[in-house]
Amino acid sequence: MEDTALQAAEQLLGGLPPSPAVWCSGLRKRYGRRTAVDGVSFTVGRGEVVGLLGPNGAGKTSVIKMLLGLVRPDAGEVMLLGRPGRDPSSRERVGYLPELFRYQPWLSAAEVLAVHVRLARMQVPAEEQRQALALVGLADRAGDRVGGFSKGMQQRLGLAVALVARPELVVLDEPTSALDPLGRADVRDLVLSLKACGVAVLLNSHLIGEVERVCDRVVILDRGMVAASGSLAELLGQRELRLRLGGVSAAAEARLAATGSLHRTGDEFTVVLPAEDDEATVPGLIADLVGLGVQVHAVEPGRISLEERLLGILRHEEGAL
Amino acid sequence: MTVLTVAGLTLREASRRKVLRALVVLTAALLGLSAWGFAKLSGQLGDLTSGESRIVAAQVLNLVMFGLSLIAALGTAFLAGPTLSGEIESGQVLSVLARPVRRAAVLAGKWLGLLVFGSVFVGVAGLAEFVIVQITIGYWPPDPVIGLLLLAAQTGVLLTLTVLLATVISPMASGIVAVGLFGATWIAGVVGTVGTVLGNESVARVGTVSRMLLPTDGLWQGAMYSFQGTRLLGPGGDTSPFFATAPLSGVYLVWVLVWVLLIGGLAAFAFGRRDV
Repeated sequence: MEDTALQAAEQLLGGLPPSPAVWCSGLRKRYGRRTAVDGVSFTVGRGEVVGLLGPNGAGKTSVIKMLLGLVRPDAGEVMLLGRPGRDPSSRERVGYLPELFRYQPWLSAAEVLAVHVRLARMQVPAEEQRQALALVGLADRAGDRVGGFSKGMQQRLGLAVALVARPELVVLDEPTSALDPLGRADVRDLVLSLKACGVAVLLNSHLIGEVERVCDRVVILDRGMVAASGSLAELLGQRELRLRLGGVSAAAEARLAATGSLHRTGDEFTVVLPAEDDEATVPGLIADLVGLGVQVHAVEPGRISLEERLLGILRHEEGAL
Repeated sequence: MTVLTVAGLTLREASRRKVLRALVVLTAALLGLSAWGFAKLSGQLGDLTSGESRIVAAQVLNLVMFGLSLIAALGTAFLAGPTLSGEIESGQVLSVLARPVRRAAVLAGKWLGLLVFGSVFVGVAGLAEFVIVQITIGYWPPDPVIGLLLLAAQTGVLLTLTVLLATVISPMASGIVAVGLFGATWIAGVVGTVGTVLGNESVARVGTVSRMLLPTDGLWQGAMYSFQGTRLLGPGGDTSPFFATAPLSGVYLVWVLVWVLLIGGLAAFAFGRRDV
């Protein structure tokens, strides 16, 4: 009887969706009289890549440290991979690259990884540890003391440390701050490969272009609060089409307006494209305009960049979510 | 598990840092000097009775052992400071504490690693000194193992204090404050001994109180007693700071244990609440 109940409970639990990689609610932290973080709540789903954006001093690193138990929140709750953040075992499958990355200078790169594997209570074969170093381009420096590493190499080592213990969640705090353009591209590929493997990533970066390329969702912090959050499509809104046209008749203008919201300045037209663009809207519109005798001088598809959107939100322009 | 991993890491750090080389050089210099001194002394002991020569030998041995214990105390104090607060300042501790570890376990690991380091140093250097004394003047302390264990305990006590200080103040300051307190307690201990010999109770109490507040000097007195062979000499009436008047009591050893647990617990509490 008991076994049946247990099996039923197991089936019920097995049928539930997995708990988010990160769940935090109402995080608050004060340093003296300054409130660094004020009621921050967000989630990072399993296998999701979420970007944490915001100006300097917005509280991004404080939030990350509270998630990882490095800073005690004054209020709020944290769950990591389904376990309460107060319980150290919640961090068993979490990899972390701190903004301030420093590793034991008297150890070799391979020894640093071995220490972290032991601290994570994982059994990772030496070959797999070597692969983690190879992944960040340090395969031939495995036996060298970390004390002799450049900043960029130490940051690469930090990435290997974050990845070595088979994480299900990786938290990267400014992972490219000391890297050259090639290193930045490597990190971008790394995040995309983690995403492909179903590893959740929380990425704090000033490089908005990088965030835009790899993140599924973005959380924007400003003055310790969530100023906006959502998927890139939600945050960036619909795409638009900018056209420079001549000989536009009333029928042609009606055709333009039928596509989407229309804005005209002289011979410059801006049409907002529908969200569910089927890739046939723009060619169809242009063909019809030409058929209506319109002279098409220029067609420029446009999308508001994340950078423009971020600046807009931080300057409290209209449209902040 | 975490405790042993961190203890191993701390031992590796201690063995690879420059402080080890400094310790080896200092100890070699002290042992060399003592070998030369004892060799010179052996020529003059011939004029003394066997009892008198044992007193002289025991006091000089205690003097050298004090030097060794000072090196051990300085070494561990200046290792413990950087290894904790230095790692917090540099950010080295971030990636370690973000692992599934309890902070108290990390702290206990550091403490254990440094204790093993200090104890091995005291054991090896102390034994080397005993051999030197045996070869030069033929004196072997009556309780060498107990004496060395008490010296190791003294290193552990100072280490516990440094660990507590390192969780709240900067690396260098924690080392300096710990060594300063170590010296102050030793001087207070000497003052207390003089008070006891002169029969001045209030002066004697200075030593008793200081030995309760920081048990390094109390343990040092016990170690000296094990090295000097008072049993042969009878109750001492000597005011020398390098001559103990009584062995350690069991109650005092229990107090040392309580003291270490108390200060260690306080350090774990402070470290557990600290934002890094």
